[in-house]
Amino acid sequence: MSDMNTAMVEKYRSNFLKEVEANVEEGQWVKMCMQCGVCSGSCPLGPYWAHPPQEIFMMIRAGKREEVLSSDSMWMCTSCYNCIVRCPRELPITHIMHGLATYAKKLGLVPKNQPTAQFSQIFWDNMMKKGRVNELKLGLSLYFKDGFGQGIKNALANQKLGMNMMKAKRMSAAEFFGGHGVKDVAGLQKMIKKAEEIEAAKLEANK
Amino acid sequence: MTEVVATNETILVVGGGISGMTAALEAAETGKQVVLVEKRPYLGGRVSQLYKYFPKLCHPTCGLEINQRRAKMNPNLTILTMAEVTGLEGEAGNYTATVKLSPRYVNDNCTACGECAKAVEAEFDNEYDYGMSKRKGAYLPHVMAHPMQYVLDPRIIGTDDAQKAKDACKYDAIDLDMEEREIKFPCGAVVWATGWQPYDAAKIQPYGYDRYENVITNVEFERMADPKGPTGGKIVRPSDGKEAKNVAFIQCAGSRDRNHLFHCSRICCMASLKQTHYVTEAYEDAQVTIYYIDIRAIDRFEDFYQKVKAKDNVTFTKSKVANIITDKDGNPICRGVDTEGYNRYENTHDLVVLATGMEPSVTKADFPVDIVINREGFIEPDPANGAVFAAGVASDALDVNRAVQNATGAALKAIQVVNRVAGAEG
Ligand SMILES: Cc1cc2nc3c(=O)[nH]c(=O)nc-3n(C[C@H](O)[C@H](O)[C@H](O)COP(=O)(O)OP(=O)(O)OC[C@H]3O[C@@H](n4cnc5c(N)ncnc54)[C@H](O)[C@@H]3O)c2cc1C
Ligand code: SF4
Ligand code: SF4
Repeated sequence: MSDMNTAMVEKYRSNFLKEVEANVEEGQWVKMCMQCGVCSGSCPLGPYWAHPPQEIFMMIRAGKREEVLSSDSMWMCTSCYNCIVRCPRELPITHIMHGLATYAKKLGLVPKNQPTAQFSQIFWDNMMKKGRVNELKLGLSLYFKDGFGQGIKNALANQKLGMNMMKAKRMSAAEFFGGHGVKDVAGLQKMIKKAEEIEAAKLEANK
Repeated sequence: MTEVVATNETILVVGGGISGMTAALEAAETGKQVVLVEKRPYLGGRVSQLYKYFPKLCHPTCGLEINQRRAKMNPNLTILTMAEVTGLEGEAGNYTATVKLSPRYVNDNCTACGECAKAVEAEFDNEYDYGMSKRKGAYLPHVMAHPMQYVLDPRIIGTDDAQKAKDACKYDAIDLDMEEREIKFPCGAVVWATGWQPYDAAKIQPYGYDRYENVITNVEFERMADPKGPTGGKIVRPSDGKEAKNVAFIQCAGSRDRNHLFHCSRICCMASLKQTHYVTEAYEDAQVTIYYIDIRAIDRFEDFYQKVKAKDNVTFTKSKVANIITDKDGNPICRGVDTEGYNRYENTHDLVVLATGMEPSVTKADFPVDIVINREGFIEPDPANGAVFAAGVASDALDVNRAVQNATGAALKAIQVVNRVAGAEG
């Protein structure tokens, strides 16, 4: 358990809803949920989640901190926005899901080997290098995330897809050597770093 | 024929539903001059289209009949049907109303013998049955209509049918030369009681009201249950006429939803509980499922709810249905996740009834007067409204009991204004 996590448990001891409202992006909306269930029923991936959004919101209110933050449910959200469109109360459900995922990550509570979480990290690291996503390297890092042997297998299995992407100019072999980026990479990195500092300070202040 | 004698001590009532009738009668029975303006060819409004009333499960015709009798006996009351208020100028105690009168093409000689309807061939969707049946181009809007007079549909005017209707009438009641007219008269106060219309269910796209024949609305279901209605009171599927024994109700269809209506329509929980009786009384082996967020059976209605809940062939599923699909036999399938266990379900029914809510029948842009309207579209009590007082569902989503109480209150407000006028004029 991270120190931040211990501090948050200490602070919000019996009120997880308050903790979510203070620290999770759009968390103040959770209390507006009226438990109608439309979001869960509209989610195309709903059947594969441990806890659909409606249940997550109820669990937050019921103070089930551990179950919520270490759940892989919010990592299953694909941002299709079906739930937001349908919610009779206009809860920004997708954003709350991402907010919960981000918060769980900051506290070090993401389930081990959660594929979406892993992908998100790879994507982020890739994008931060040049300010743009290097599709080729992103694909390769993804294939090889579980070791060299598995990487070769993955690459072979997806060979056709890769070739088609190149044909359609969605990916270029030249990306291997550097690849494209934004004009002022250092500026971008500085900006993101500043944003991260502000966020960390906010979290620290809420401890 | 329609001569309106009015002064600025006259009370104008707009809308002749149960609320408008109540306000008009209450005021007229205290001796005030009242002009009641109704858009339809008959009085009674939406309640005349209900089969039974909750909570007593009596027939609305009974209450309407009493009001109609009161109306007939009262010399202070002038009733204008097929009439709409198009303008209102002036201020409290001194208004001039402009009213557009549409031609009925039938005069007071009509005995409602029905010979004209027999002679006419053209048929149109019957608005009284929400388009679930057809009616002739010469028609009596419904069997208890007040005034009890036939109407010619303007679409047959100028066709052979119009002449056929005229020739068939033995009482010289058909006048094809009637024209639209506009009249103006003074009044001191106005009761605005234009009521509601069902929310357009087709806008709730995932429920497929516009795509699936066996998904209907609660107002249509009222007509279906009525022995005088389009199916002779049989509860059947529109797609194939098969008995609908496994019926689902979806609550808050449009209401309490920021994508549709902001407000709780207040009556649709009770309406579905009432309509559950229609199903269980029609079929011994009926199965009813009510999908709900929470059941709003307020005050004494709780009893009614508990009785329905106790029936072992009625299931309450706490969940707003996410969407409806159909199988190859046209059976609607309700899909969603419930709140008591978060179970995913896919339930097949014979018929789905959408408990659609009530929205104000007049939109803000269509008011002939400046009036304060709230976010939900209902009229707010506000000094800026002058002597225009809302009554019934024009003021809020209300059941009949509360609409009538509210209308009596509005009548009193209007009476106070015209009394002030009378006092000032000595
Ligand atoms: C499915 C369903 C079932 C229901 N069942 C029950 C029940 O069992 N018991 C109960 O208590 N309540 C019930 N209700 C509620 C009930 O229908 C309303 O409370 C009632 O209709 C309110 O009457 P009103 O006069 O205010 O409005 P309305 O009935 O809508 O009357 C308004 C009148 O104004 C007229 N009008 C509209 N615009 C104009 C205009 N511009 N100029 C002139 N006239 C105009 C209309 O033609 C109409 O005649 C039910 C509602 C629904 C949807
Ligand atoms: S759709 Fe909105 S109100 Fe309904 S359960 Fe989901 S979040 Fe709650
Ligand atoms: S009365 Fe019931 S069905 Fe109607 S809007 Fe309110 S809660 Fe929903």
